[in-house]
Amino acid sequence: MTTVLTDEGEFTVSEAEASGDALWLSAGDAESATGWVSKAEGLCRGSVCVPLPPGRERQLVRESRLNVAALWRHLGRPVVHSARGHVWVLGPSAQDRAAALRSLEAPDFTLPDPSGRLHSLSDYRGKKVLLVTWASW
Amino acid sequence: MWQTLYEELKDRSFMVVAVAMDSREGDPLQWIEAARPGYVTLIDRDHRLADLYHMVNVPQAVWIDERGRIVRPPEPAGAYEGFRQMDRVTRSMPDDAARITAEAKATYVNAIRDWVLHGAASEHAFDASQARAHLRVPSDGTVAAHAMFRLGQCLLRHGETEEGDRWLQEASRQHPESWCIWRQHAGVTELGLASQPDFWTRVDALGDKRYYARVDMEGMP
Repeated sequence: MTTVLTDEGEFTVSEAEASGDALWLSAGDAESATGWVSKAEGLCRGSVCVPLPPGRERQLVRESRLNVAALWRHLGRPVVHSARGHVWVLGPSAQDRAAALRSLEAPDFTLPDPSGRLHSLSDYRGKKVLLVTWASW
Repeated sequence: MWQTLYEELKDRSFMVVAVAMDSREGDPLQWIEAARPGYVTLIDRDHRLADLYHMVNVPQAVWIDERGRIVRPPEPAGAYEGFRQMDRVTRSMPDDAARITAEAKATYVNAIRDWVLHGAASEHAFDASQARAHLRVPSDGTVAAHAMFRLGQCLLRHGETEEGDRWLQEASRQHPESWCIWRQHAGVTELGLASQPDFWTRVDALGDKRYYARVDMEGMP
């Protein structure tokens, strides 16, 4: 079992192949964990497509499998993984974060209250919200 | 701290969302805070907020309007660093520092009230260009640090303490200006951290730099 953590959430993949810095997923798993799929025009997510880098195609796509870690690095986004390759974090780029903030659209999130109930910031649309952080230390 | 203000303004379409950036299990303060009626208290073990909003310390505040737009980007929530003048043995504060700290808090709370009552017309509400000018955005090192922090937390949750701790430390090295990350990895082995020597060493290393960034608001120290 391999755990893949992305901005969209946590995904458990049963047939991942982690070797060194590569994380190979089946086309279906890659799509559900990251949203990216391999098409004739390259690698695509929604309407965005990135051409495969010439000469490096086999590092990203082999048969129907996708090396999502190599794709992430190709997109300039951080990839970190546990020593034995069973947990991977595919993070957003600094540019992604900066662009979201500069839009001034408050980034939405979903977190639990102490009883475990989930709340999203967007649940409070229509009110002025004072979003404050604190910690017990 | 926000209970009184929330009670006063809750009928004016106002909500406080207080997020504890804390990854230790079962901290009693979480339950005390949660027992208070009214506003929303959430727990953020993976520091999702610090990641999304580029926050490096607590307490921080973001003002968000009815349409979900950022009116004031993250800034210290009325916090002033008077504690740096504290006597480290007796933990008492000089009168002056205590007074300035209390005034800073009151000034900030009054500004929130003014915004809740007057919206965009409040002198404390930034327009879009002011809000963007006050925004700080993360670097490549910062986003990498948050990825490492998340990996560390995931490993800790699965009982892989040694490697989990290593990732938290690596995250702190990647993003040294984050007190949130530093405290969480320092907190693995220590309690009551604010009185610990490591904390003061880190604070003293700031020299003339602020621990809490100055809030750009009339009357703030």
